[in-house]
Amino acid sequence: MDNVLTWITFLPVIAAVAILFVPQTSKNLVRSIAAVFTGLQLVLAIWIYMNFDAAASGFQFMEQVKWIPAFNIEYFMGIDGLSVPMVLLTAFLSFICIFASWGIEKSVKGYFAMFLLLDAGMMGVFCALDFFLFYIFWEVMLLPMYFLIGIWGSPSRTDPDGMVRGGPYAAIKFFLYTLFGSIFMLIAMLVFYFNVQDPVTGGHTFNMLHLMDQANHVGVLDDFNIRLLMYAALFLGFAIKVPVFPFHTWLPDAHVEAPTAVSVILAGVLLKMGTYGMLRISFPMLPDAMKWEYFAYGMAILGLINILYGAFCAMAQKDLKKLVAYSSISHMGIVLLGMSGLTSMGMNGAVMQMFNHGTGTAMLFLLVGVIYDRAHHRQIEGFGGLANQMPIYTALVSIAFFAGLGLPGFSSFISEAFSFLGAFGSEAFDLRLITIISTLGIVITAGYFLWTFQRMFLGELNPKYADLPEINGRELFTLVPIAVIVILLGVYPAPLLDLMRTSLNELVAVVNAADTTLLGLH
Amino acid sequence: MTIGLSHFLFVSAVLFSLGLLAVISKKNAVTVLMGVELILNAANINFVAFAKYIDTDLDGQVMALFVIVTAAAAAAVALAIVLNLYERLRTINIDSADSLAH
Amino acid sequence: MITNAILILLLPFLAFTIQIFVGKRLPRQGDWLSTGAMIAAFLLAVPIFVDAIVNYQPDYIIAQQTYDWINFGDIQVTFGLLVDNLTAFMLIVVTLISSLVHLYSIGYMHGDSRYSRYFAYLSLFSFSMLGLILVDNFFGVYVFWELVGVSSYLLIGFWFEKDSAADAGKKAFITNRIGDVGMFAGIMILFATLGTFNFNEVFTGIANGELSGTMLTVAGILLFMGAIGKSAQFPLHVWLPDAMEGPTPVSALIHAATMVAAGVYMVGRAYVLFTPEALLFIAYIGVITAFMAATIAIVQKDIKRVLAYSTISQLGFMMVGLGTGGYTAGLFHLTTHAFFKALLFLGSGSVIHAVHSQEMDDMGGLRKKMPITFWTFLIGTVSLSGVPPFSGFWSKDAILASALEFGMLNPSHLGIYVVTLLSAGITAFYMLRLVYMTFAGEPRDKEKYSHAHESPMTMTIPLSVLAVLSVGTIWWGWVEHLLAKPDLASYAGTVLPVPHSGGHDVAHSAHIIAMISSVIVASSGILLATTVYYWKKISAETWGRRLRPIYNLLWNKYYFDEFYQATFVNGTLWKARLLAVFDSKIIDGVVNGAAKLTVGLSRLNGAFDMRGVDGLVNGVATVIAWSGARLRLVQTGNIQNYILMALFAVIAIIVIQQF
Repeated sequence: MDNVLTWITFLPVIAAVAILFVPQTSKNLVRSIAAVFTGLQLVLAIWIYMNFDAAASGFQFMEQVKWIPAFNIEYFMGIDGLSVPMVLLTAFLSFICIFASWGIEKSVKGYFAMFLLLDAGMMGVFCALDFFLFYIFWEVMLLPMYFLIGIWGSPSRTDPDGMVRGGPYAAIKFFLYTLFGSIFMLIAMLVFYFNVQDPVTGGHTFNMLHLMDQANHVGVLDDFNIRLLMYAALFLGFAIKVPVFPFHTWLPDAHVEAPTAVSVILAGVLLKMGTYGMLRISFPMLPDAMKWEYFAYGMAILGLINILYGAFCAMAQKDLKKLVAYSSISHMGIVLLGMSGLTSMGMNGAVMQMFNHGTGTAMLFLLVGVIYDRAHHRQIEGFGGLANQMPIYTALVSIAFFAGLGLPGFSSFISEAFSFLGAFGSEAFDLRLITIISTLGIVITAGYFLWTFQRMFLGELNPKYADLPEINGRELFTLVPIAVIVILLGVYPAPLLDLMRTSLNELVAVVNAADTTLLGLH
Repeated sequence: MTIGLSHFLFVSAVLFSLGLLAVISKKNAVTVLMGVELILNAANINFVAFAKYIDTDLDGQVMALFVIVTAAAAAAVALAIVLNLYERLRTINIDSADSLAH
Repeated sequence: MITNAILILLLPFLAFTIQIFVGKRLPRQGDWLSTGAMIAAFLLAVPIFVDAIVNYQPDYIIAQQTYDWINFGDIQVTFGLLVDNLTAFMLIVVTLISSLVHLYSIGYMHGDSRYSRYFAYLSLFSFSMLGLILVDNFFGVYVFWELVGVSSYLLIGFWFEKDSAADAGKKAFITNRIGDVGMFAGIMILFATLGTFNFNEVFTGIANGELSGTMLTVAGILLFMGAIGKSAQFPLHVWLPDAMEGPTPVSALIHAATMVAAGVYMVGRAYVLFTPEALLFIAYIGVITAFMAATIAIVQKDIKRVLAYSTISQLGFMMVGLGTGGYTAGLFHLTTHAFFKALLFLGSGSVIHAVHSQEMDDMGGLRKKMPITFWTFLIGTVSLSGVPPFSGFWSKDAILASALEFGMLNPSHLGIYVVTLLSAGITAFYMLRLVYMTFAGEPRDKEKYSHAHESPMTMTIPLSVLAVLSVGTIWWGWVEHLLAKPDLASYAGTVLPVPHSGGHDVAHSAHIIAMISSVIVASSGILLATTVYYWKKISAETWGRRLRPIYNLLWNKYYFDEFYQATFVNGTLWKARLLAVFDSKIIDGVVNGAAKLTVGLSRLNGAFDMRGVDGLVNGVATVIAWSGARLRLVQTGNIQNYILMALFAVIAIIVIQQF
């Protein structure tokens, strides 16, 4: 198991290649291959979970091979307490999503090959320790996602306002928006490359460990203004992925037009990459810039805007899937707020929130998919009284909704509460007012979830749906494991928290200790 | 008056000029070929003359013999071409062999 | 004892888990499971209570156990159980009433289509409520606080086919959440300053002056906001009357006896951290609530709504008691109120069960048909009205005494006492009105009357038990003993001498005045009600017409619902729609605009490319082709021309060479 990270990243690629050799007609074979390989991936992820030494600092399972020696680019993989939860989440959701995609009939081979490629890209992002490699994986994800939304999403249509929307529109929007962001990341990456000295060879390097060590920073990186600019560029690149207001409008479109499983991956994993990038790259590499008060407060305020703005927008939606999409924006705001306080509680809470939002929102999207498959629409107002017609489905929806509105006993409560508490108790910045205003989001969230629940499930049954079938076994198979995790981590979050604590506390210490004497320069 | 190098060169130049004149002005392909032969032999005279007066070994004579042989071969080929030309165009006027220009 | 406490907490949870998954397949749909679990919890609570009395000391901690829950490295969040005098006291109240309500529900909910689900929810509620009083830290309180809220949501909306029930559940949850946000903010302040959630550590920190002054007052008021929501205090009281859409036993258990009392319990639990300013705030909120709700109760026609407003009003009394320094009085009233209000609600449930209506206009003369219900209900009524020697008299008297004492020491706040006293009088009036309209006189609806019958044993037994408990003159001694007012100084580690001597005389005289005045107002309230509704000497209709504006104001509950609907609810929705439009038109408009701009620019660019750049390229090609066509003529194909040209060239070269 020396190369476990390579295996876990490239297993889906092997599966994708294998699928290409299967005849188009044997659809179930294609699906089974995908299921088996993602299953293996999940097993590897669990193996990593068992063997990961949570108490140790630094990176583990490292693999380092020269890749493009001319530019000192390495194939460098490794994970720490920040990556492990994300690796677990990715493996878990990918596996679940294969089953959620079982009903896809349109060019099955292409779909699963794309999906597996996407899986590999995501896993690579969370494992890469070379900035160049990280960037490659980051971009590799875009292409399959583009096709998955564009081809297997909803067909193109012209809305009453004259805009052409639908899958292809959303796919292009997603692709261009993300690409736009990654250009800024590329610039920052190159600035790092040319201004960081490899402590051994003295040459340029993409090695993230070297990049994180401030002693290696030379050249223009000594200029605080440059560092601020670089932080801003990186932030822009990552903020689009989170997405942070006002860069979020690709999200509702992409989520709504994508097929169910792709929405799950989008919301469950892809959004986390933005905040993961900030914690993996921006914070440790430019800690002093992060501590610049305009950036720190700006981040907290953007978190606040995300929370409230997302919640308000969600309340106004008529399409259930769009509501869930906006709720994601709201919930990711909590991550931003938790991170910005630079306390161990807030940081751990924020990363827990990343994981918990991944599972919670996955459940929501899967549930939306279930009702859409049956009723062929998602208009909240069109339902009513489903609680008696589909009791098991209703129970699962109520679990997902209550988890979404942060009810104790469900995982997101813990992470939300501690993100707020951490931000409120921040010693580096005074975020008390921002946090208190943010907590109002809790009320609005409760409002729109309960209102939606009432409109869809309570009251008299809409006679149109008197023969709507109950949720089936395959769908239960995708939902129940997530529900179990959501509840288990809600009652006892230690298994997740223990993984990340050491690494995150180190990160907090690094950023807090950052030399801000340069602040006077500008 | 002793015969010197310049005399040979003069004969050679006259021969060359006559040959060139024939090549440029004559319309009959065979005449043109004969002009070419004149040019070649002008060169041969030069070879032999320079070998005699400047360089005293036999390189020039050898080269002259070589040219004579080559010229014979070239004449054989050229005559074959002319024969072909005649078969195709029923004339050996080289002005009519201008199909490359069109 | 800690085993008892853990079992008390786990038994209802276990019952809930089993019920929710397999309840329908169990014999009798598992009602015995939930009920049995609750009775077992009660039996386990008894030894704790006995222990608290037998081994009584002021700060006696009967059992305590702390578990590591969340470890952030620098901060450990523990989760533990704490059983002290207050907990022991609350445990017995909650488990007893909950057991009785479970028992009563077997009869009341018989034949409901979601019978097992009902008991599951009831168990979930009991678990949450017991957790709330057992935990030893503020975070735990918040956790169970929310769980109590959600079980309340589920039970209010239990008959969710009715839109009104679904609405009421949602309203209750969201209104509560508003208070909860305040409470969470309060907890955040405590945690950020003191670095712990644990009650003892928080109080110790405050006693040592780590948090004081305005910030402490703000923290206290924010914490109290949670209580405003949960205990239905002004201005967040609007959810409780609507919550009557739930099954009546639920109203008795949750919306009268236990959950709504959670706010009072919380204030009692955190009593030492409230500064005098915060306590004054609590007292004023309490008195406003008490008076406002009592006046509304006068005119309501729905039997459960009268009781609901009465509950709000009584919770206001408790807050007055706590706010004016009557810690023991407030918590004592919580207990007595829990018993007699549960009794009243269960009694009203029995009536509703009999006549299938909640409107008092459909009732009347039921005394003969339902003797047990009537007599037990009457006991509850007089207890609530404050007639000696029933339990309500003692507790309400204690509150009034506390308010009067406070007023005598701070004359500018004497108004608290006066208004509270007035509310006590109104209480007696509306309760007697309720009894007369329901049980006395001639039946107003003969049809319904003829079908009415006494309720089954499972319903009347709990009524009788609660009636006995409502008599309860025996209570006062124990309570005063058990619920001694905690002293912040005792947390500082050093016991300071308390220079609080002058108050004793005041307290004594206040007690006597309060007792006399409360008897007077209670009897005048009863007298007035009897005059109007029994002897009919005064016509309620006439007076209602004469005081039309006031009547309308009260009938419409001071227009709170309309006001909130117009401002907050519609405001939020309006804001949501506005932002959604903003999002899709402006923000997304910018994105799409950028896309359109890019497309437009690229068109322009394309045109330029075609005409300009490509034109240049093609132009070069054209020139070359043109000149090529001209130069081509040189290539005659005539070998002699070529040679001639070569000759000229050679000559030219030679000529040029010469210069």
